[in-house]
Amino acid sequence: MTAPDLSVSLCGVRLANPLVLASGILGTSAELLERVARCGAGAVTSKSCGPTPRTGHPNPTVLDWGHGLINAVGLSNPGADEEVRILRDAKARLAPLGVPLVASIFAETVQGFGEVARKVAEAAPDFIEVNISCPNVEAEFGRPFAADARDAAAVTAAVRRAVSLPIIVKLSPNVPDIAAIARAVEAEGADAIAAINTLGPGMVIDTDSGKPILANRTGGVSGPAIRPIAVRCVYDVSRAVRVPIIGIGGIMSGRDAVEMIMAGATAVGIGSAVYYRGPEVFAAVREELRGFMETHGYADISQMRGLAHGA
Amino acid sequence: MALDLPTAFRIRDIRDESPTVRTFALDGAIQAEPGQFVMVWLPRVNEKPFSLVDDAPITLTIARVGPFTEAAHHLRVGDRLWLRGPYGRGFDRLARPAVLVAGGYGAAPLAFLARRLRAEGVQVSVALGAKRACDLVLMDRFRDAGCSVHPATEDGSLGHKGLATDVAARLLDANPDAALYACGPEAMLERLARLCSERGMPVQFSMERMMKCGLGVCGSCDHHGLLVCRDGPVFSADQVLGARENSPSPCGQQ
Repeated sequence: MTAPDLSVSLCGVRLANPLVLASGILGTSAELLERVARCGAGAVTSKSCGPTPRTGHPNPTVLDWGHGLINAVGLSNPGADEEVRILRDAKARLAPLGVPLVASIFAETVQGFGEVARKVAEAAPDFIEVNISCPNVEAEFGRPFAADARDAAAVTAAVRRAVSLPIIVKLSPNVPDIAAIARAVEAEGADAIAAINTLGPGMVIDTDSGKPILANRTGGVSGPAIRPIAVRCVYDVSRAVRVPIIGIGGIMSGRDAVEMIMAGATAVGIGSAVYYRGPEVFAAVREELRGFMETHGYADISQMRGLAHGA
Repeated sequence: MALDLPTAFRIRDIRDESPTVRTFALDGAIQAEPGQFVMVWLPRVNEKPFSLVDDAPITLTIARVGPFTEAAHHLRVGDRLWLRGPYGRGFDRLARPAVLVAGGYGAAPLAFLARRLRAEGVQVSVALGAKRACDLVLMDRFRDAGCSVHPATEDGSLGHKGLATDVAARLLDANPDAALYACGPEAMLERLARLCSERGMPVQFSMERMMKCGLGVCGSCDHHGLLVCRDGPVFSADQVLGARENSPSPCGQQ
């Protein structure tokens, strides 16, 4: 049998393998994005950028609570102007490696999303990820746009009007019907859907002091504990839309990546696993995925995609 | 045995090292390597990284440089502080004479290293630099561990009048087969990197950066593609300079 083909096409862009660095993990500099690409990622996502610089929340911002991570970094970012410089540098470093760049953005208003999208498009990333699902800025920004189908659709439409690049909309699991949100953003021109952002928010209390440990008190829950929820969300979304899905949430191994693909994902995001297995996790999961395909006789990723939907 | 969540310890002893630096010994121990750090949490204040000065008992040297360290300096014997860790990569202890170079409170991780090296029978010389004699920290710890200590002060109030790097050059000339370990201002580390590269000597630095997660995921402590919290905080000079000169980023760090 010939070697399995791990490459996938996401909105017409080729990824050498389906593993994508999820936003918010190591995406703060061009050098780190290049490093993750060299570690074997099929694509990399920069940390979400907003219109103006933000320092984010004070520490503690990220904790290992025993079965996953909980974080409230608070969308720290250098602002769109500086981000364009970082993205240009990143693009130049990634081009020779053949690894596409996803530029993640957020804003406080619908109009703001369009403006940030237009700005970061100057750096010519391969995709724009529209982060409407950060659970850690509710006190400042109000309810995430991903919580309501009309809000999610309005943001998608604003970004669609602003740029011609492929748009990935990142959805929240913290809704009663994620498929309805997915349908709404697809209808307004989303080219792909990323699911899921972190779960919750959750809280961890220090029992000696009686205080929540995160400075923000609450934070988004990620890591292996949320994987079954992420898999179910991707399964639901893939029944509802035709656009490709980047499945994210607790992927730790090649077996987990296969599970996400069988739920209907075209590509698979990796985030918290960087904590558990280091940046080397990308090559490790890629080889585990390859091994699984060899063992089970799959020639390419599409042969596994959506298998869970069969009778 | 690493502590994943902040864990409370009581302060057993506090010692003033200088007008702005204080050493806290806690009522517990962890297992750590010299050069590793812990994240110290004061509830509703903040959480910051500190190198361990010792792991049994857990000992921290804290310089007053901002609101968090100001709050730490208000703590008294019997009060609690919280920490998680240890994190990061410590010093590789080489089986050759050691020259330690500390600038200011950079002495903290080197005091832990000195104790371990001496316990392993390694000869240790320390160049300890500060602005004034009263700013020299942890000198007794180095002496008590059996190191030969060579202070340098910019105002000449104790030891060599000048920089720790002047003293380091002399110590390196006297110990041509030595390995160098350093922590302090980055200008000092750069001078030391040059001194050692001229002499073909191995050199390791402990670096300081703003950190958020301490876990190698948030990217706050990025130094040209190196994660100070996870790949470091101890690096070889070649790693630090190579990263800056934009050589292709490595994947894993060995």
